[in-house]
Amino acid sequence: MRKIKELVIEKSLFTSALVTIAVTVGIILVLAVEAVRFFSEVSILDFFTDTQWTPLFTEKHFGILPLLSGTLLTSFIAIAVALPIGLSISIYLSEYAPRSFRKTVKPLLELLAAVPTVVYGFFALIVVTPFLQEIIPNLSGFNSLSAGIVMGIMIIPYVSSLSEDALHAVPQSLREASYGMGATKLQTAFKVAVPAASSGIIVSIILAISRAIGETMIVAIAAGQQPRLTLDPTVPIETITAYIVQVSLGDVQHGSIEYRTIFAAGITLFVLTFLLNTLSYRIRKKYHLKYE
Amino acid sequence: MEPTIHKNNTQDLKVNEVLQKKPPTIEVKEVKVWYDDFMAIKGIDIAIKPNTVTAFIGPSGCGKSTFLRLFNRMNDYIDGYKMEGKIKINGKNINKKKVIVEVLRKEIGMVFQKPNPFPKSIFENVAYGLKIQGIKDKNFIQKRVEKALKQADLWEEVKDNLKKSALALSGGQQQRLCIARTLAVEPSIILMDEPTSALDPISTAKIEDLIRELKKKYTIIIVTHNMQQASRISDYTAFFYIGDLIEYGKTKKIFTNPEKKQTENYITGRFG
Ligand SMILES: Nc1ncnc2c1ncn2[C@@H]1O[C@H](COP(=O)(O)OP(=O)(O)OP(=O)(O)O)[C@@H](O)[C@H]1O
Ligand SMILES: [Mg+2]
Repeated sequence: MRKIKELVIEKSLFTSALVTIAVTVGIILVLAVEAVRFFSEVSILDFFTDTQWTPLFTEKHFGILPLLSGTLLTSFIAIAVALPIGLSISIYLSEYAPRSFRKTVKPLLELLAAVPTVVYGFFALIVVTPFLQEIIPNLSGFNSLSAGIVMGIMIIPYVSSLSEDALHAVPQSLREASYGMGATKLQTAFKVAVPAASSGIIVSIILAISRAIGETMIVAIAAGQQPRLTLDPTVPIETITAYIVQVSLGDVQHGSIEYRTIFAAGITLFVLTFLLNTLSYRIRKKYHLKYE
Repeated sequence: MEPTIHKNNTQDLKVNEVLQKKPPTIEVKEVKVWYDDFMAIKGIDIAIKPNTVTAFIGPSGCGKSTFLRLFNRMNDYIDGYKMEGKIKINGKNINKKKVIVEVLRKEIGMVFQKPNPFPKSIFENVAYGLKIQGIKDKNFIQKRVEKALKQADLWEEVKDNLKKSALALSGGQQQRLCIARTLAVEPSIILMDEPTSALDPISTAKIEDLIRELKKKYTIIIVTHNMQQASRISDYTAFFYIGDLIEYGKTKKIFTNPEKKQTENYITGRFG
């Protein structure tokens, strides 16, 4: 009886694993098939070199660069916000804060990541942008600055929580060795704890970048829908994700070239996040070896 | 309050080296320690003799580590830790507000139970204590590292691989590296908390030889569970029992003719 039960459990676990893999493979296949069809009509060279993205206009251009730059610009701003704040928080929590404080603050911080992103998008559009316009008068109503900053706030816990975990995993004995030689807390934090946790910290940053690149709602709401190849954070742009939302919600015809742009954009996004995840996986594997 | 970072420059250290350092005196008066409500040290008086090896022995949990870590104030960061009483090193109360704990710890090195090298190169491990003092003189650091590694009897084994990660060394080598790292700062007192308990007999013997050698220049306090080790390397022995110092005296006397019954029981119990 027991044996049968175990067998059933084992098989069902195996099946769910299999289903997950099948779904993933299915998604990638659909993406790939549609993308291949897209690239039979648009040359890859154009896709990567054309500086305009206007598939919905009569004069069509299929250059991914404007969308890519929009994605990278908002992500960059987000990381510029999240990295210093997240790292400071993680170092403070693991190296300075009393244990009780750390225990209450960490889950509270993680709530930041649990706020629905549509709320963040709205917040960026109706609070942050007007506020920033007081400082930067020519800031457009839709812009990558405000979307990026708010996205940065959202991903703070990705950086702070995972970095804190990595710092916390650094053996106390290493800190004591450092104190024992006359190092201050600050020196110990930056010369021993942070370097020893560096791979974990880097992984946290990569995951945060990956999250920022994939973020959709905030940028769709607050950054605009104007594919534009620019580094200017004050003007409307469009990210890959926002474009996909725009077209999915619109009324383009299935099977048309406009429709297939979604998949071309999607696979670009997929490759980007896939590369980042692979990188973080590699680093994590190395890091585990180091602590063995 | 964040303690200020003191930058000794190279010149100071060189002068320091030339001047004969006076052997330190350590006096402990009426010291009590609590972790929250738990009293871990119940009022201990002891005076440690300079340029000797003093062994702290006693059953597990009797407060040896707690007591040892008072001398370099390593307990300061523990939540719920409280102490009372006086610890004077060279006549100065080390718990006074104006004492800069970082300066104190340069004088008093510590070697831990488990080898704990930094995940850095061998060289960087030994140079660490100098670099955090703000010393930049590469030549000076190089010399100090070499000297410390020689003192720790590790130089011959690592001199061609100074750039290698310290984590690639064997446990015994790592512990000698940790000793070298401590020596590089040139303390006058070295605290060792069961420094050989994680090591094999051969590595242990090496470290014991090292301790015998080091006591010519340093005052050493060593916590050990190994009675033979205490009798082999120490000049004085202190026997602790549940937060009290039961007996303290010449090692020979403690091991051959202890005054207290508890001491005798503990020592003989160990020997079978
Ligand atoms: N951080 C701490 N918080 C609370 N209690 C502690 C702490 N560290 C030690 N203690 C308690 O203080 C007492 C003395 O501990 P200590 O580590 O000094 O003993 P020890 O003699 O070094 O033991 P061992 O031989 O096992 O290393 C023990 O009862 C221990 O449980
Ligand atoms: Mg102990």
